[in-house]
Amino acid sequence: MVKEQSYVSKLFDIALLVVLIVIALVCVMPIWYTLAVSLSDKAAAAAGSVRLWPVGFNWNSYQTIMTDSKFFNSFGISLQRVVLGSVINFAVTVLLAYPLSKSVRDFRLRNVFMWLLVFCMLFNGGLIPWYMVMKNYGLMDTIWALVLAGGVQVFHVILVVNFFRNLPKELEEAALVDGAGPWYMLVRLFVPLAVPVLATITLFSIVYHWNEFFHGLVLMSSAEKYPLQTYIQQLVVVIDTTSMTEDEYKKLSELSNQTLNAAKIFIAMIPVLVIYPFLQRFFIHGITLGSVKE
Amino acid sequence: MRNRSFEKHYYLMLLPGLIWLVLINIVPMSGIVMAFQDFNPGAGIWKSEWIGLENFEYMFVLSDSKTVLFNTIYIAVLKIIGNLIVPLVFALMLNELRMQIVKRWVQTIVYLPHFLSWVILSGILLDVFAFKGPVNSLLGAFGIEPVLFFARADLFPYIIVGSDVWKEFGFNTIIYLAALTSINPALYEAAAIDGATRMKRLWHVTLPGITTTIVLLAVLSLGNVLNAGFDQIFNLYNPLVYSTGDIIDTWVYRSGLLNLQFSLATAMGLLKSVVSFVLIVVSYLLASKFANYRIF
Repeated sequence: MVKEQSYVSKLFDIALLVVLIVIALVCVMPIWYTLAVSLSDKAAAAAGSVRLWPVGFNWNSYQTIMTDSKFFNSFGISLQRVVLGSVINFAVTVLLAYPLSKSVRDFRLRNVFMWLLVFCMLFNGGLIPWYMVMKNYGLMDTIWALVLAGGVQVFHVILVVNFFRNLPKELEEAALVDGAGPWYMLVRLFVPLAVPVLATITLFSIVYHWNEFFHGLVLMSSAEKYPLQTYIQQLVVVIDTTSMTEDEYKKLSELSNQTLNAAKIFIAMIPVLVIYPFLQRFFIHGITLGSVKE
Repeated sequence: MRNRSFEKHYYLMLLPGLIWLVLINIVPMSGIVMAFQDFNPGAGIWKSEWIGLENFEYMFVLSDSKTVLFNTIYIAVLKIIGNLIVPLVFALMLNELRMQIVKRWVQTIVYLPHFLSWVILSGILLDVFAFKGPVNSLLGAFGIEPVLFFARADLFPYIIVGSDVWKEFGFNTIIYLAALTSINPALYEAAAIDGATRMKRLWHVTLPGITTTIVLLAVLSLGNVLNAGFDQIFNLYNPLVYSTGDIIDTWVYRSGLLNLQFSLATAMGLLKSVVSFVLIVVSYLLASKFANYRIF
């Protein structure tokens, strides 16, 4: 690159640096504030005197949560859901993607299945029919409702199909000559080669299953079966009534135990924060896969 | 010619995914018939009375549905515009930044909110924008009276759009940054030798270099015109802001699952599904025609 050392250009660089740092701070500040509230004195938080640092630092909220069996119960349900959901998503996605990455010559109905999948990605029957069907399957109140209700992640399948198709053809031909069958080829050749994209979709489905709250809300009939996000949603969201005055709203929102809720919100963020560094390594790669093809 | 015998294994591989797809994605599509019935849960789909388009006619006379339709499109279109322009400006700023370490740190930080759920972020936002929260105390420093933000119907759509852009702009930047790296560096050198200033290079080299990407993203976002974001609004709204904040998805949830008007809610949901489907197909066709875009 050509270097420019003019006075204006230097000034521009400094202004740019400041603006970008401010933007980055705006992104983390709300999260930081939540942590500060969770570590503050209850009365100080209720009075609204917490800004950037905890006021009256203490661990009380976290100690209270340690003895809260409901919170840990929901935490456990979410963990179970994440493990089952990501494993099933991984297996189903790989098994769908491999045959669909073949050419029509090798797999005659390939395009029919591909378009069926794309149609299911773009069209759905809407909330009410989906709910009725889930109810009829008898999945309500089971962990399987949480694991399966989202359906096949077609977008993940497309990402993996594209990745498989871009692998060099020679590898597959060599394996064919050596007498490899389709299962051996998939497990020993394609899966190891597709680690970047498989890591991407697995991390995406971990985040999806951890963050999803709505299925828990409508498919679980009692609070002790809620996953963590649904549990937290019930805590922080103002109860839905048909009419409400401004004063009632204000009172309702001040009723909540701010420091305790902040601590619960923060703990619920931890798993995402822990896998975030890994996510970051892969997701950029994963997203740009689905873009313009030459 | 070669491995026809492989085909039966391919079907076997597809089986688990197809069963899942049929049960969760396809079977519910048959429930669409409820939109044309006076659905009675006791009688079920087979015995409920057929009423043709009556649900749709009723829907269009309801004043509720006009508000809901307007709110949905208004919020969704503002989000589309914000989510196209803000990431673009941000990507251009990052691209101009010469300190690589700062660049990497800023990127790492701004991607984060995308991965947090709206439940978590709503909990945080309700706190930050609370009557005695930090935003109000900041406004207080400028002599502005505290505002009860989430009780103000006039402000609600803009809080929704603003917080959505805040959550997603970092993530949306990625695609622009990828496009920026594909611009040939020789073009910048040539421009500099010709005496182009930084602003001129930005205008005549960088922007033309990513025009295709900008147009492509704009076209593809067409499919979101009826998608105002259920998770976000559901977790942030309350009856005080229904007049400006209630959207199709939240209305369907309340009228269908809380008030048990199954047929009406299905009809509204179907309207959204069909219109969205048409918009997405049109946008894909446009994108493949003009930008050679393929999803597979």
